[in-house]
Amino acid sequence: MEVVNATDQKKEAFLGALDAAFQQPLASAKGALLNASRETLRTQPAPTTRTEAWKYTRTTRIINQAWSHAVPTVDADAFAVNDLDAWRLVFVNGVFQAEQSTWPEAEGLTVKPLRVALEAGEVEGFGEKSNTPDEWFENLNMAYASDGVFIHLGKNKQIEKPIYILHITAGEQSAAFNRHFFHVAQGAQLNVIQHSVADADAEGFYSVVTEGAVDANASLHIDKVQNEAGKVFQHAVEWVHQDRDSKFDIRTVTLRGHWVRNNLNIAVNGENCSTRLYGTYMPIEKEHLDNHTMVDHRVPHCESDEVYKGIVNDKATGVFNGKVFVRQDAQKTNAFQQNANIILTDDAQMYSKPELEIYADDVKCSHGSTTGQFDEEAVFYLRARGLSEQSARELLVYAFVSEIIEAIGNDALRNYCLEGLTKRSRG
Amino acid sequence: MAYEGDEILEEVTRKEYEFGWITDIESDKAPPGLSEEIIRFISAKKNEPLWMLEWRLDAYRQWTEMKEPNWAHVDYQKPDYQSISYYSAPKQKKQLDSLDEVDPELRRTMDRLGISTEEQKRLSGVAVDFVMDSVSVATSFKEKLGELGIIFCSMSEAIQSHPELVKKYLGSVVPKNDNFFAALNSAVFTDGSFCYIPKGVRCPMELSTYFRINEAGTGQFERTLVVADKGSYCSYLEGCTAPQRDENQLHAAVVELIALDDAEIKYSTVQNWYPGDENGKGGVFNFVTKRGLCEKNAKISWTQVETGSAITWKYPSCILKGDNSVGEFYSVAVTNNRQQADTGTKMIHIGKNTHSTIISKGISAGKSQNSYRGLVQINKTAQNARNFSQCDSLLMTDRCGAHTFPYIEIKNSTAKVEHEATTSKIGEDQIFYCLQRGLDEEKAISLIVNGYAKEVLNKLPMEFAVEAQKLLAISLEGSVG
Repeated sequence: MEVVNATDQKKEAFLGALDAAFQQPLASAKGALLNASRETLRTQPAPTTRTEAWKYTRTTRIINQAWSHAVPTVDADAFAVNDLDAWRLVFVNGVFQAEQSTWPEAEGLTVKPLRVALEAGEVEGFGEKSNTPDEWFENLNMAYASDGVFIHLGKNKQIEKPIYILHITAGEQSAAFNRHFFHVAQGAQLNVIQHSVADADAEGFYSVVTEGAVDANASLHIDKVQNEAGKVFQHAVEWVHQDRDSKFDIRTVTLRGHWVRNNLNIAVNGENCSTRLYGTYMPIEKEHLDNHTMVDHRVPHCESDEVYKGIVNDKATGVFNGKVFVRQDAQKTNAFQQNANIILTDDAQMYSKPELEIYADDVKCSHGSTTGQFDEEAVFYLRARGLSEQSARELLVYAFVSEIIEAIGNDALRNYCLEGLTKRSRG
Repeated sequence: MAYEGDEILEEVTRKEYEFGWITDIESDKAPPGLSEEIIRFISAKKNEPLWMLEWRLDAYRQWTEMKEPNWAHVDYQKPDYQSISYYSAPKQKKQLDSLDEVDPELRRTMDRLGISTEEQKRLSGVAVDFVMDSVSVATSFKEKLGELGIIFCSMSEAIQSHPELVKKYLGSVVPKNDNFFAALNSAVFTDGSFCYIPKGVRCPMELSTYFRINEAGTGQFERTLVVADKGSYCSYLEGCTAPQRDENQLHAAVVELIALDDAEIKYSTVQNWYPGDENGKGGVFNFVTKRGLCEKNAKISWTQVETGSAITWKYPSCILKGDNSVGEFYSVAVTNNRQQADTGTKMIHIGKNTHSTIISKGISAGKSQNSYRGLVQINKTAQNARNFSQCDSLLMTDRCGAHTFPYIEIKNSTAKVEHEATTSKIGEDQIFYCLQRGLDEEKAISLIVNGYAKEVLNKLPMEFAVEAQKLLAISLEGSVG
């Protein structure tokens, strides 16, 4: 006899609704992957706060809903970053909007919907970069992802403009699953902007997994800006594999989000790589923003640098869990990790867990985590210089997070982020 | 055994456990296994009152429903709890007034441990409550302490003579069902130390207990309870050595500290249980729950030097309940060969203006794994709480591991919390400098390691600090990588 408890029943209802809404997942083309993830979803329980990786982030509000899927008409221009000079690929609730998108066509460069690329057999290693068989929510994405972006940049190629992927969550009770795949071949250079938005009355669940392969000497820069109003649950996962002498940079700026969970996983497979992970978050009201990162140093002579800064206000919760993993052979690794937080109210909560797991001896690894508040003396100093209380605090907020925001190379995007942050600090 | 014979070279490179021998005393032993009958047997053996037996049985019932934790970063063959004998006591039964009445065999054991009791009495004024295999066999300086109203005796004696204190405080900081090992300990603990410092008394000497696991296959389940009443002070020393054995021995102790208003407790540990041989065979499993509760203006300070045990699972913690209370944790953990340590602390800030400091120094050598796991929790009520944590790791070889898992949970906007951690190896330039000055490599490493751990060693009482330095050197012998 099978024992069915209330939790399992809810999970079954959740999965049943998704089965009905997403009948044509991407992974249909890869039967084994699809079956394996479906099997995991059915046999494994969904993560709860008793699962170590989900200790501070509740998933029940996602699991306890029966999501549907609809694609309303949305004008992408209303949400897009102003004056951004980029190739724009628009998705609404996970579905590609060809008529609102532009993409480059050139020799040695492929940018197209992942579904089309998969059907044409152009994707090598689909689903192989994200190697977390136990992670329930990643399996969820594999089982239901309906589309995404496929980018293949040939040897030594560059695109003059960044690829801008805009995802809009709209309507009510709609789930959306995207899966992107970027392959940057040897010596090539790719800039991607991933922007997710939602309007104020949207309710939804958006899950996105990005797989990236950065070949030797290549570089991949991602700017990830999350700015979802309304009641949107977002789970965003990156899996990036770096080959020798490659560079990978990512800046995660969470301007708004009702419930956001970011999982960054970087596997450093080749020597002499550089990895930079920057992030900032400023939750207000009852928002819940969770950043998990993992850098897996598998080979010698690499360096990674990680800085996450957050300001937690109102009744919001911030979570940071960074892990640096240095394998036995990864000698001469240079890894740095820092998390700094400011807490503004007594109802705000911050959970920080900077982890180091080190199996090699000739390494330099350090991490730091601080939590405090604005320096009242600094506020006083600025006020004595004639600034209002409001502007003084805004200036200090800017000073605190500028390290992250200034790292964004694109002017239009940086201004967009600054504007968002200023709005935030005004409450 | 090393030490005999002429192979000096071997002794230096592969020094075996110095304190590994077996004392030959007949012991009174319970059959292996754990059941309500065994608990009744232990309780009856110890002539305990009914409330104590019921307390144990309640703990046992809760234990049967608990699962052994597996979240720690250690890997071991889980002990079979039904093959352990839960009671073993040296034959000697009658109460003793002075050490001279002690069995000569036991005296010799103490001498080999380096505790020449007479000398200790004279030089350092230490009252040693010598615990050998779960039953206290000798208590010294008792009368002197008695004059000040200080109660320092074995737990079994305390249960008989001070039941009101034991009843009030036992399990008040570490509840019976706190965790798997604490529940097991609550059910079967055979003895331990009890200490009560009355109001306003400053204990004039270091209180200390030496633990030894002796009987093959006997788990040692110590229970220590230290209560410092308002405005009092005491410093408590705990040191451990255990004989060499091939089968794994289980040690699941519980230590509870209670510092009432304005009181201060300083608890120092040098832990040197048998770590197993270089292939990881044998060695003690050390699963310990240590926790202290601070009332208003109170201070609890944990200092530990961990060099032994095959597996260490130990998180001495402070609950900073009262306003202005202070918690401190200073630790040096050394792992060599196949040792695995998962140790750290928890600082729970509840009261206003509470402060805590964590200094943890990990040293891994051989093929060992050394983890720091700590929690700093600032609750909503803890205005102006302050924490500083520093966790450094030193790696001696390329086959060992050093890990840091700090948990920081903050729910108050006035909190100031800092955490930093570094991992590195001994600089080649540092060794080169020492070699150039005429030191050999072993000595150079010992010097550098001692310097690295100085911050913590300085917190130890003098007698302990000397022993700790020696232990560090011994533990790292032959580990030059």
